[in-house]
Amino acid sequence: MSTMQTEYLISVDEFCANHNIEISFISSMEQTGLIEITTIKEIGFINAEQLQQLEKFIRLYYDLDINLEGIETITHLLQRMNSMHDEILMLRNRLRLYESEF
Amino acid sequence: MNFLDYYKILGIEKTATPEDVKRAYRKLARKYHPDLNPNNKDAKKNFQEINEANEVLSDPEKRKKYDQYGKDWKHAEEFEKERKYQEQSSNNQRQSYSGAQSEGDFSDFFESMFGSPPGSGRSRQVKFRGEDYYAELHLDLIDAFRTHKQTLTVNRKNIRITIPAGIENGQTIKIAGHGGKGVNGGPDGDLYITFSIANHPEIKRLGIDLYLTVYLDLYTAVLGGEITIDTLSGKVKLKVKPETQNGTKVKLKGKGFPVYKNEGYFGDLYVTYSIKIPTNLSEKQKELFTELSES
Repeated sequence: MSTMQTEYLISVDEFCANHNIEISFISSMEQTGLIEITTIKEIGFINAEQLQQLEKFIRLYYDLDINLEGIETITHLLQRMNSMHDEILMLRNRLRLYESEF
Repeated sequence: MNFLDYYKILGIEKTATPEDVKRAYRKLARKYHPDLNPNNKDAKKNFQEINEANEVLSDPEKRKKYDQYGKDWKHAEEFEKERKYQEQSSNNQRQSYSGAQSEGDFSDFFESMFGSPPGSGRSRQVKFRGEDYYAELHLDLIDAFRTHKQTLTVNRKNIRITIPAGIENGQTIKIAGHGGKGVNGGPDGDLYITFSIANHPEIKRLGIDLYLTVYLDLYTAVLGGEITIDTLSGKVKLKVKPETQNGTKVKLKGKGFPVYKNEGYFGDLYVTYSIKIPTNLSEKQKELFTELSES
């Protein structure tokens, strides 16, 4: 049996109006592959799951004056940091397993 | 309440120009911004401090007051009275970063000298996200084995959360919108819960796999038999092969720990046999062992 998944989409226009940002900023984000835009009947939508990440990009761009290339690099490094964090957690737990034997 | 040296926080001299303040602030904000330092409480604290320092030093009015009364902040009220006579002409475009934390959470020292922090007061209409809260939740291995609900009290508010089976020791989950209240219509902060899972006295966990040592009596190890063991998912019957050696490992597929957020999937359970040598032997038993050793 297949289940239908509900997707929550926010129109790019509405998002930009709410956050007081240029639509071109969102387009640039899409072009660099940092976010995905879903187009329905020629209207661009942002998936709600991407909102948090997108708001972070906005803060980095507008608040910290970091350009798109910088945001791409930071995103990549943060992903690496996250996976290293997970690995440290796994190794710590493995160490705990051996330490508890003494 | 301690005096805060805002110049020291921004790493600038007292003679610094507004451009120097801006430059120093921007540099430090890039270093300590919460978006660039996830789960780093020290960075959050530093970020709040530099925001506060910038709030004061980038505003000529506040800076003047700070320079004059900084160390004697308790006498700042006199300055405040004088200031109220003057028109508030300062309308410069100061910049304050809207990080993923509450910038409204300024120090007591700041509030004592300058009143309400930015965002909670008069003219600034910048939306600030509420403060993120951090909590630690202690569970035992059995709690972490099953999806269950738990009620937490965070800042005098009860929050009922569902803890998915398979949560890892040290793992942090985010409960969106359960942090501090947003300011000026900004979103509420989030609640981050880090789990601390106590070791089980007998069963060891490594990711999704479990490890258990089962003690076998010598006779079952030699002759084989059937034993019942306790696992986290209930009792399991095991057939022990004759002539089982000490340290033999048996893998019980699917009897391990649940895979986090992957219902119905489990790791494996590894059972290690440890053979117990009988003690307090009777004379008859000793004779029989002697006989065995000579046969």
